Amino acid sequence: MQYDQLMQRLGRELDASFDDAGLPRRSFLKLTAASGFALGVFPMAMSPAQAAEAPMATRQPSAFIRIDKDGIITVLVNRLEFGQGVQTGLPMLVAEEMDADWSKVRSELAPAGDAYKDPNFGIQMTGGSNTMHNSYLQYRELGARARLMLVATAAERFGVRPEACSVSAGVVSAGNKRAGFGELAEQAMQQPVPTSVKLKHANAFKIIGKPTGRLDAAAKSSGRQSYGIDAQAPGMKTVLIARPPVFGAKLASMDAAKAKAVKGVLGVFEVPLDRGASGVAIVADGYWPAKMGRDALQTSWNTEGVEKVDSDKQLAAYRALATQPGLVARDGDTSKIAGAPKKIVAEYSFPYLAHAPMEPLNCFIDLGENSCSVQVGSQFQTVDQANVAKALGLKPEQVQLTTLMAGGGFGRRAVPSSDYLFEAANIAKAWKQGGNSGPLKIVWSREDDIHGGYYRPAHVHRVEAGFNEQGEVLGWKHTIVGQSILIGTPFESMVKNGIDATATEGVADTPYRIAMHLEVHHPKANVPVLWWRSVGNTHTAYVMETMIDELARQTGQDPVAYRRAMLGEKHKRHLAALNLAVEKSGYGKKTLPAGQAFGVAVHESFNSVVAYVVEASIKDGEPVLHRVTAGVHCNLAVNPLSVAAQVQGAALMGFGTTLPGAEITLKDGVVQQNNFSEYTVARINQMPEVAVHIVPSNEPPTGMGEPGLPALAPAYANAIAKLTGKTMRQLPFKSGAG
Amino acid sequence: MASSFTVNGKAVNVDADPSTPLLWALRDNLQMTGTKFGCGAALCGACTVHLNGAATRSCITPISAVAGQKIGTIEAVGEGPAGKAVQAAWIKHDVAQCGYCQSGQIMGATALLQSNPKPSDADIDAAMSGNICRCGTYARIRAAIHDAAKALA
Repeated sequence: MQYDQLMQRLGRELDASFDDAGLPRRSFLKLTAASGFALGVFPMAMSPAQAAEAPMATRQPSAFIRIDKDGIITVLVNRLEFGQGVQTGLPMLVAEEMDADWSKVRSELAPAGDAYKDPNFGIQMTGGSNTMHNSYLQYRELGARARLMLVATAAERFGVRPEACSVSAGVVSAGNKRAGFGELAEQAMQQPVPTSVKLKHANAFKIIGKPTGRLDAAAKSSGRQSYGIDAQAPGMKTVLIARPPVFGAKLASMDAAKAKAVKGVLGVFEVPLDRGASGVAIVADGYWPAKMGRDALQTSWNTEGVEKVDSDKQLAAYRALATQPGLVARDGDTSKIAGAPKKIVAEYSFPYLAHAPMEPLNCFIDLGENSCSVQVGSQFQTVDQANVAKALGLKPEQVQLTTLMAGGGFGRRAVPSSDYLFEAANIAKAWKQGGNSGPLKIVWSREDDIHGGYYRPAHVHRVEAGFNEQGEVLGWKHTIVGQSILIGTPFESMVKNGIDATATEGVADTPYRIAMHLEVHHPKANVPVLWWRSVGNTHTAYVMETMIDELARQTGQDPVAYRRAMLGEKHKRHLAALNLAVEKSGYGKKTLPAGQAFGVAVHESFNSVVAYVVEASIKDGEPVLHRVTAGVHCNLAVNPLSVAAQVQGAALMGFGTTLPGAEITLKDGVVQQNNFSEYTVARINQMPEVAVHIVPSNEPPTGMGEPGLPALAPAYANAIAKLTGKTMRQLPFKSGAG
Repeated sequence: MASSFTVNGKAVNVDADPSTPLLWALRDNLQMTGTKFGCGAALCGACTVHLNGAATRSCITPISAVAGQKIGTIEAVGEGPAGKAVQAAWIKHDVAQCGYCQSGQIMGATALLQSNPKPSDADIDAAMSGNICRCGTYARIRAAIHDAAKALA
C-alpha cells in the first residue's frame, strides 16, 4: 500500500497547497517570540525569500525551534506522541544539526496548524510509521538553519568570518571567544533565514544513532505527564454517551427521569452519533455521576434497518466467498497447480481486533460563539479539525485543536470520519443550544472502547499452492476476503478496480519468487473497520510466512535456507535482517532443550524489514513462547533505544493476537466482549525475552512504529508447527490447540 | 455526603456519593490526575494506589470503604525509599513508552518491593500480571524492578 499517496490525496481534498513536484509547499520563516529565537516552517505559495521577509501572518505559535536566553532549546513536534518516541526522536534530528547540548533540549507537541503538516502528505497526521522517514530532512534542515543563524550572529560579535567559528554542545567559539546559543538567540533572529543548508554526513553524527533516553521519561515516571483524559478547565463537565447496542441504530425512546435524579447530573439529551446512529449524552459534574446517570437511564433502541452481524455466519459466508472468483489483484498462471507433485490447500481466518489503547478515547471541547477549542490526543489533526468544523458549521481555522499526549492509539486515533470528535462536536452544539456554556470532556469507558468499532477487519484467506519435491512453486492461487478499510471514506478514490490495497499489502507485493494469482472480495458489513498497527500486514504476513514455512517443511528443507533461496539476491534488506536474527539467535548452532523448537519469519512493512527467530514449546497442550531474537532493517536507526522498544512492544502485540480470547465477535449485531475480562491482551507473565538487533546502515531512516508486529505471530506458529506438525490457521489460537 | 481520609499524608474531605470510586474522587474531586482510568473493573491496574501501603485498584474501591484510611498515590510515591528507587530505575531503564499505565505499574512495583525486597521473576509476574501495558514495556519493567531491589538492598 502506498500510504504517501493516500495521505496526499486527503491533503488535496483538504486544500493543501502542493508544488509542481507534487509535494506540499513550504517556506521557512522566522516567527516572533516573546524572547529569544524562533524558527518555523510555513506552508504557503510563497518563495522562501518572500517568506523570510513576510510579516508573521500566522496567528498560531508555529515555531518549530525556540531558544530561550538560558540556552534551553524547545523543539515543537508536528506529530502525536503516543509511545512511539517521536517526541525524543525529532528533537534529536534538530539537535544534531545545531550541534546543541542535548541536556538542554526539550520538546512540545504542536497544535493543529498549517506549519505542522507532514512535508510529504500535506496533512498533519501520525501513522503509517512515517515520522522519521518523512521528517528526517525537514527537522535536520531546521536545525541546520538555526545553527547558521546562530553562527552568523556569533561571527559578527567576534569580528570573524562565520567559517572561522566552530560549534560544540551549544557553544559557538572562534579562537578564545565563546558564546552560548542562549546568549546569541535574540540577536540571531535578526539574521536572514538561510535558503539553502548543507547537512552533516552520517559519519559526523554525534546524537543521531546514539541510544538516547526519552525526554518524557521523568514525567512519565511520576504521574506528572498529562494526557488528553487529564484535560481540565474551570467549570468543565464530564460527558458519557449511551450508545445503541448495534452499530448505526437509533434511539427509539428514553426515560431520563432516574438519570436526571442522580446528584451531579446536569443534562440528559439525545444526540446524533457516528454512522447515522443516535444516542444519549449524559452531562455531569465528573465521571462517576455521569456513569451513575447512564446506568440509571432507561432506553429502547430502534435496530430496524441496520444489519446485525453474526460472527459465525460471517465466517461461513467469508469461507464460501473465498472459493468464488473475486476481483483480480494480481494475475498469475494457476494452470499447473492441479497437476503439481505436491499441493497445499489452506484456509486461514482472522477476527476483528480492537485497538484498546490504555487511555480510553476522550475529547475536550469548548464551543464559543464563532470558535471552538478542542484538546485531544489525535493522530489526525488536520482531518479532525476539518470534521469538527464541519459538524459545527465553522471554518477549520475557527477550530483550535491542541494536541495532547495520548496513552497509546495503534491507529484508533486516526479515523477518517473523526468519529469521537464528531460526537463531541454534536454534544457541544446541543449543550450550547440548550442554553448552557463552558467546556465539556467526553470520556469513553473501557466498555465503550471495546464495543466502539473501528476494528481491524476480520479476514479469511484461502491459498492453493502447487509445488514440486524441490520446493519450487508451480502455481499459487490466493484469495483474500475482508471488509475494505477505505471504501466509504474520503480515501475511497485510492481504491483501484474495487481493490483496497490495505487488505492485500504483504501478499500482492511478496518478495518471494512466486507466480501468484491473487483475488479479493470486499463484502460489506455493518461493523466499522480501521487500520490497526501494521494494517493489512497483521494478517497477510501470517499467511505468507506460515505457508512458506510449510513448503519448506513438506519438501524437507531448512526454513531459513528455503527463504534465502526464495528471496534471491534482490532482496538484500530482507536477507540482512533474516541473517542477523539467525546469527544472533544461535539458530542451527545451539541445541534447544527437549520439547523446544525454533520458528522463523521475515516480513517487510512500511519500508522496514523485521525478521524473528523464536523459541517455543508446548506445555500441557498450550504453546509457550520463550525467547525472541529480532533482526531489524530500518536503515539508520535514529534512536536505537526507541527502535528496540518499538520492536519489543510490537512483538508482544503480535504475540497477543495469538492468545485465546484476542478477538472481537458479534452475535445478532452485538459485540460480545466488554472489557479486558473477555478481550485478551498480553500480560507480563507472558512476555518472552526479546533481543533486538539492528542492521547497521547510514541510509535515511524508515519507520519502526509498526514493522515489528507482522512477523512475530507466524514465527511463533512455525515453531509450534515444527513441534506438532500442524500449522495453526485460525487466529486467535484456540485453547488446547497446541 | 462527605468522606474523609488521607491522601499522601494530607487529610481530605470529599463531598461525593459514597459509591464514588476512589479513582474518580482523586481525579475529579481532588484534581490529582496522576492516577489513571483504564478499565473501571480492576482488570488493568492503571488506577493502582496504595491503601495503607497495599496496592489497591482505586477504580473499584468506593470512598465509603476508605474512610479514615491512608491513601498513597503516584504524586508522592517518590517520597519513600522504595518509590524513589523504583522511579529512578524506571527512568534509568527508559521503561515508559506511552506512559499511561506507568503510574499504576510504579505503584504496583513499589508495593511489591515493600513486601518482598528481593522478588524473583516469578514473584514479579505474580504481582504485576494485573497491570496491563499495551506498549509492551514488560521486559523493562522487570529489569527496573530488579534494579530497584538492588538499589534498596
